[in-house]
Amino acid sequence: MSQQIQVSGLDAYYGRHKAIEDISMTIEPNTITAFIGPSGCGKSTFLRTLNRMHEVIPGARVEGKVLLDGEDLYGPGVEPVSVRRMIGMVFQRPNPFPTMSIYENVAAGLRLNGRRSKSEVDGIVETSLKGANLWNEVKDRLGKPGAGLSGGQQQRLCIARAIAVRPEVLLMDEPCSALDPISTLAIEDLMAELKSKFTIIIVTHNMQQAARVSDRTAFFNLAGQGQPGRVIEMDDTSRIFTNPSQKATEDYITGRFG
Amino acid sequence: MAATVHTRDGGSALGRSASRRSRGETPFRYASTGAGILLLAIMAAIAVFLVVEAIPALRANTGGFFTTQTWEPNATRPSFGIAALAFGTVFSALLALIMAVPVAVGVALFISHYAPRRLAGVLGYVVDLLAAVPSVVYGLWGITFLAPFMVGPSNFLHDHLGFIPLFGGDIVAGRSVLTASLVLAVMILPIIAAISREVFLQVPRAHEEAALALGATRWEVIRMAVLPYGRPGVISAAMLGLGRAMGETIAVALIFQATFDISLRILTPQGNSIAANIANRFGEATQTGRGALIASGLVLFVITLLVNMGARLIVARRKEFSGAAA
Ligand SMILES: Nc1ncnc2c1ncn2[C@@H]1O[C@H](COP(=O)(O)OP(=O)(O)OP(=O)(O)O)[C@@H](O)[C@H]1O
Ligand SMILES: [Mg+2]
Repeated sequence: MSQQIQVSGLDAYYGRHKAIEDISMTIEPNTITAFIGPSGCGKSTFLRTLNRMHEVIPGARVEGKVLLDGEDLYGPGVEPVSVRRMIGMVFQRPNPFPTMSIYENVAAGLRLNGRRSKSEVDGIVETSLKGANLWNEVKDRLGKPGAGLSGGQQQRLCIARAIAVRPEVLLMDEPCSALDPISTLAIEDLMAELKSKFTIIIVTHNMQQAARVSDRTAFFNLAGQGQPGRVIEMDDTSRIFTNPSQKATEDYITGRFG
Repeated sequence: MAATVHTRDGGSALGRSASRRSRGETPFRYASTGAGILLLAIMAAIAVFLVVEAIPALRANTGGFFTTQTWEPNATRPSFGIAALAFGTVFSALLALIMAVPVAVGVALFISHYAPRRLAGVLGYVVDLLAAVPSVVYGLWGITFLAPFMVGPSNFLHDHLGFIPLFGGDIVAGRSVLTASLVLAVMILPIIAAISREVFLQVPRAHEEAALALGATRWEVIRMAVLPYGRPGVISAAMLGLGRAMGETIAVALIFQATFDISLRILTPQGNSIAANIANRFGEATQTGRGALIASGLVLFVITLLVNMGARLIVARRKEFSGAAA
């Protein structure tokens, strides 16, 4: 089943530039956590430290600890590749592989994890597409290019691709920002369903979305101009949106800045 | 919403851009159309000239132009054919391609995805530099160094794999089809590597990150995102290389033994190509001889054209999966 994530004292750098500082938080299994905050405060950066995607950028590095079920993802001998297989990611812009069909896109991650029989892959592709609420729309054209779908369908295809490898955690960086309201609702519904199987962390600029889908919300902000981003406050979503303990949080969610 | 944008002189911005178009665009359109027509006219003139030159020689030919395996256009009863030459051209160029493409793709991948940035810059520069070396230099290197050097390895291949027709035959020589193909491979490698590297560098970061986020290793990222995306570009680069290899003249003219057999043996002292034959025979050619060489040149042109069309077909076949739309 899903596992708890514990972050402590995490800093992330781009070369000399420290983008986020001293982030600590605990994320319980089978919950949805929303990260909100003004642009540039390091939400994406932090999200990418959770599956070791931060370090693929030249010069980028991380200090601190991320424990998944007690095991440090940054510990010695931990392969980034195996971390990423446990912690899946959906990006802001839908990015299906353009050279692959819908079917191949969903199966892409499975191919990395050793050989599987055709019928087994067929089964996983179908459940993943059903899990991403895309099956009915594409079941007759699985061999067609994934890039030929609409933006919302492409994003759900990317979700299907991410959940096909059965990760513990699903990270989503503004997954709906390129989508229309209907597709957005479809993905929000999907998140509520996926919660029973995965721990979900979502970055969003949409306050209503954070309030609608998440159990817990973390508010990120810059300590000041040119300073690294920090977590100002993290609490149950209902509390953050009704009775935040920090003035800055209240200002942000009521739209008084950012 | 639908407010008209006014410019300083009072006209609407739309109107101004229209008048600007008529001022700037019309001459340009005539100039570019004119250049296009001129180019076509020059090409047509060259083609007509070549065909006119070739026809009397072809009339005088007593052998079949496509089947004869000799080249005696200067004899009293001229007899010549491109069978062996055309075969040698395609065969040596294909061999070169088979040897060059894997290495070139490997070099390109190393530069684009493995090498540290500083080293990648230097290597990229060296590859570009190699592409600029004149072909006669490669030819001289081939005949003075590679041909004698290849005797050893050729004998080894012949002794151990001689049962394969490719490595069979009675005598093994340094100046062989293998040596010529190796020189051709070295010559076309830089251009294939340079184009492939450009293509691999253009793979969108988002596709590579998608693969990484699925837990792909660096090699798996290349297999999943980089190679499929770069495939049409690599094919085009290979076809460009093939065209060059087939048209290469001086380097192979120095190495080939100018024989007229159609043979798959790559270690024996034989080999020839259309371009090498033209270089070797033009000096001694009579009127008919020149016409015959021109006819062979036209054949080379047609072969190159066919290769290019084939490449386009391959690239177009999976266009919807090419990633061009994304
Ligand atoms: N690839 C990069 N190289 C260097 N600096 C970067 C890079 N990506 C982000 N940064 C810097 O790190 C800081 C945090 O950026 P990040 O993308 O994490 O912000 P964000 O909260 O996700 O913003 P947004 O809401 O606009 O997506 C910013 O100051 C940004 O300029
Ligand atoms: Mg971001």
